[in-house]
Amino acid sequence: MTGVPVVRGLGHQVRHQLPLLVWLVVVWNLLWGTWSWANLLSGIALALVVTVVLPLPPVVGAARVHPGGFLAFLGVFVVDLVTSGAQVAWQTLRPGVPRSAIIRVQLRTDSDLLLTVVAEALSLVPGSLVIDMDRERLLLAVHVLHVHDLADVERQRASVLALEARVVRAFGSADEIAALDRRPSAAATGRRTP
Amino acid sequence: MSGIDSVEDVVAVVFLLAGAFLCLTAGLGLLRFPDVLARMHAGTKPQVLGVLLVMVGGAIRLNGWSATWMLLLVAAFQLLTAPVSAHMISRVAYRRRHVRRDLLLVDELRTGETQDRVRRGDEPADAPPEEPAQALVESRREDDGGAFGQES
Repeated sequence: MTGVPVVRGLGHQVRHQLPLLVWLVVVWNLLWGTWSWANLLSGIALALVVTVVLPLPPVVGAARVHPGGFLAFLGVFVVDLVTSGAQVAWQTLRPGVPRSAIIRVQLRTDSDLLLTVVAEALSLVPGSLVIDMDRERLLLAVHVLHVHDLADVERQRASVLALEARVVRAFGSADEIAALDRRPSAAATGRRTP
Repeated sequence: MSGIDSVEDVVAVVFLLAGAFLCLTAGLGLLRFPDVLARMHAGTKPQVLGVLLVMVGGAIRLNGWSATWMLLLVAAFQLLTAPVSAHMISRVAYRRRHVRRDLLLVDELRTGETQDRVRRGDEPADAPPEEPAQALVESRREDDGGAFGQES
């Protein structure tokens, strides 16, 4: 608790980068494929060099994992991944040109880490692909494949919000979970049809 | 090691074939889908699932854990990177107006009311317009903020 930036130098930086360090060591060991102390030590040395020479900004708001929420997220994600793969595969084979839509969804989570997980997962679940994100206003622009009518669009919007809720219940803090209910669809987005 | 000997092999073959088929449909989608955004769907979902299935099939068939760890890494990085690259490409494509607007049911990202008559959305970025003089007039109108028919 010194509070002086100069004093907390390398140690502070390393502590902030700890998840990244662990991940790099794990990757290094997986690449070698066999377990040995030499691999572990060289991995740690390499990870330290990488994080010191090429530092990344620290992730604000460390992740916590709620086991129940995480299992629910993971289960639904795997099912979604398989169905979306099959769906798009079928879409490529059937005749006809698919109609699509671009929608904006008002999210409720204000955390870089959670938004990243949401955006990553969204591109792999049925229908949706992230085009753009307004970080200030928490608006996510999503491209939706094979929509037939406006009911489909609303269904897709609801499923994006459901995904966000699952991610927050899996990794979010208590505050963020409460925020899910506090602001249900804050701002209405203007819709324009071409 | 010749032919299919056990239940394990059958399962591995099923996974490998299913994965290969999904990668094939991803390629088909790239050819058949109408615009960049739709093609990115084909490039992420069947593609990622296909690679995962091939990895599972390979892990069943290959002996030794060291290969399995490698396959696990490939799968993890595929899951992490495919959405990011698809997102970056779609974002650029949308901003450069490579969108088939006639196929969009709703476009809530659109800011202006201008009609985009120069580009249909499926041509390459530096393709010359079919009628250069017409296209120049149109693009000047769009730059003016959609003031159609004001110059006479």
